[in-house]
Amino acid sequence: MRQVAIYGKGGIGKSTTTQNLVAGLAEAGKKILIVGCDPKADSTRLMLHAKAQTTVMDLARERGGVEELELSDVLLTGYRGVKCTESGGPEPGVGCAGRGVITAINFLEENGAYTPDLDFVFYDVLGDVVCGGFAMPMREKKAQEIYIVTSGEMMAMYAANNICKGIVKYAVSGGIRLGGLICNSRKVDKEFELIQALADKLGTKMIHFVPRDNVVQRAELKRMTVIEYEPEANQADEYRTLARKISENKNMVIPTPLTMEELEELLITYGFMDAEEEAAARA
Amino acid sequence: MKTTEVKGFIDELLKAYPDKARKNRASHIAVKETAPETGGETAEPSCSTCAIKSNVKSIPGVMTARGCAYAGSKGVVWGPIRDMVHLSHGPVGCGYYSWSTRRNLAQGKPGVDNFVPFQFTSDYQEKDIVYGGAQKLEDICREIKVLFPEAKGISVQSECPIGLIGDDIEASARLMQKELALPVIPVRCEGFRGVSQSLGHHIANDAVRDHVLGKGKLPDPGPYDVAIIGDYNIGGDAWASRKIIEELGLRVVAMWSGDGQIETMKLTHMVKLNLIHCYRSMNYIARHMEEEYNIPWMEYNFFGPTKIEASIRAIAARFDKTIQDNAEKVIAKYRPAMDAVLAKYKSRLDGRKVMLYVGGLRPRHVIGAYEDLGMDIIGTGYEFGHADDYQRTFPQVKEGTVIYDDVTEYEMEEMVKKLRPDLVASGIKEKYVFQKMGFPFRQMHSWDYSGPYHGYDGFPIFARDMDMAVNSPTWKLVKAPWA
Repeated sequence: MRQVAIYGKGGIGKSTTTQNLVAGLAEAGKKILIVGCDPKADSTRLMLHAKAQTTVMDLARERGGVEELELSDVLLTGYRGVKCTESGGPEPGVGCAGRGVITAINFLEENGAYTPDLDFVFYDVLGDVVCGGFAMPMREKKAQEIYIVTSGEMMAMYAANNICKGIVKYAVSGGIRLGGLICNSRKVDKEFELIQALADKLGTKMIHFVPRDNVVQRAELKRMTVIEYEPEANQADEYRTLARKISENKNMVIPTPLTMEELEELLITYGFMDAEEEAAARA
Repeated sequence: MKTTEVKGFIDELLKAYPDKARKNRASHIAVKETAPETGGETAEPSCSTCAIKSNVKSIPGVMTARGCAYAGSKGVVWGPIRDMVHLSHGPVGCGYYSWSTRRNLAQGKPGVDNFVPFQFTSDYQEKDIVYGGAQKLEDICREIKVLFPEAKGISVQSECPIGLIGDDIEASARLMQKELALPVIPVRCEGFRGVSQSLGHHIANDAVRDHVLGKGKLPDPGPYDVAIIGDYNIGGDAWASRKIIEELGLRVVAMWSGDGQIETMKLTHMVKLNLIHCYRSMNYIARHMEEEYNIPWMEYNFFGPTKIEASIRAIAARFDKTIQDNAEKVIAKYRPAMDAVLAKYKSRLDGRKVMLYVGGLRPRHVIGAYEDLGMDIIGTGYEFGHADDYQRTFPQVKEGTVIYDDVTEYEMEEMVKKLRPDLVASGIKEKYVFQKMGFPFRQMHSWDYSGPYHGYDGFPIFARDMDMAVNSPTWKLVKAPWA
């Protein structure tokens, strides 16, 4: 069983990318569990064709505690037998979502959600690693490999670099490794080269460049992955390729995070800053 | 032991620490060198030689005896107010282990108009941490109103998780105050704030200032109205103090906060003088009343006849001749009883050496009572004192006395072994260490389940207890197996 965590800046497309690549793996016959680690609980909707499933924490709250839950209450089966569960948590601005992730993952472990027949467990984790709770999948030998979803936008790269710092911290104690960067294209200038260069500096690889395609949005509206919604689409093949590359990936590293100066230098090298300045000058 | 010898021994003792810790701890220990300065109890004493570092972070690993901000607010300032429900807000432990630990006695019928013997907790669970506990807090307030209709208010004492998850207890409190027509007071005394319980006192004072003070109106204000501030009524201390103040002809409008009531605390801004017993924990509110309402305040000390008489005269000096005449009458009335106590105990205790290590004010306030009995203070210190406490302490002690701030277990043990006091007077954490070493011991936080020690009622008990500890035949029976 390979345990994989997907991190990245908020809104970068982690949940969409995760579910589409999981669909690719499932199509190839792999047995998979998705653990959503985000109070929004949107990590499994494309698998279940449902708005949002009942989450571990929401049900625990309703019944008084996780002790009152059965695994079957919160573990559902979706597209091609993919097992789906969501940690859940509070609405923004109250409580402690990080603690919710810790409690939910402990519940899943203690109640046997991690069955030996699984080939993959995917953790889809909220935004940046804002506190200890969201680092839970990295800790205590839970996830062994991390993929970071990014784009050529500066803040996405900044977040990717920060997440690498978290990985370094837990690489020693938890034994986790970075498997690579997934570029979810925003059609930024020289994006391919930029992310490849960032991956290089971090000591890893850009495992795949996922082009931008509106079919993703159309499939999302139907609560489906592209592979299910339009299996013949070019984008479906992109996700199948990503799935195959991850499945075959042996390149696991402890990343070497950049300083802020190095990161800015990178952007200047690839003309990003120039373009910005030109745009500013025009305005 | 000579002053130079004591200093040499302290230097030697500190050598056990690594360099950084040694430098740090050296700045927290001093030996009194100059002759005692004169100066009234009430004046802010000046002191040129009392440079001692205090109110800073303890060194990890040295076993400090300090508590936390929650202990300072719930345990000390708010807890003794008897007509309110004090909710330990968070998981159950903080509330459970601070339940009835301070012996602050209170009148009234438990569960009706006295909630001091009770312990209220919101008992936070995982779901409250993850989703926030606003709803739970509001439900609890409503339950309190139904179950205890005579309660005059609710204080919400924050434990650490409340601050960590950012629960908006102020909003819940406002909502409940309106709905229940009852003061609901949020107190941000999360334990991780500050370096000791001292910040908790300050936070609690600020909450009193914002939510209690000035909210009522005294119907019949008079020239002799005073309030007792900072007496927590340990073993009935505040009652013994109140008795003296009333015999002087003064009217005690409010007691803060031992046997206290929110209903009378609300009126305190209308008194003529605030009498401060524990300066450390309540000087903040006294200074506020001075600035905001022009009410003067003074410190007093009712431990032992010498200090009692001096304090009575100092208090009376703030009033007219009637009160001053009463003061002399009161002093004359009790002197025979005090002389009888001295006659009985002084010969048994004369020349015995005492080492103190306590909290807010006792490291300096009890010195006079021991000296009345002929006992010598050879060391004293505060768990959580500030510079102004040490300024008030140095003038009270004799040449060669060791003063220690936030003393560590190791330092205290070594000092006791070397200085060989006849009595160690400190808290529960120290008690059994020194008793097992064969030293007589008295608890000076809880009075060892005895008391009161304040006032004319307290001194005979104090003298009896110290004699009982020092002269107990038990110590002659102690023989170490290896001796």
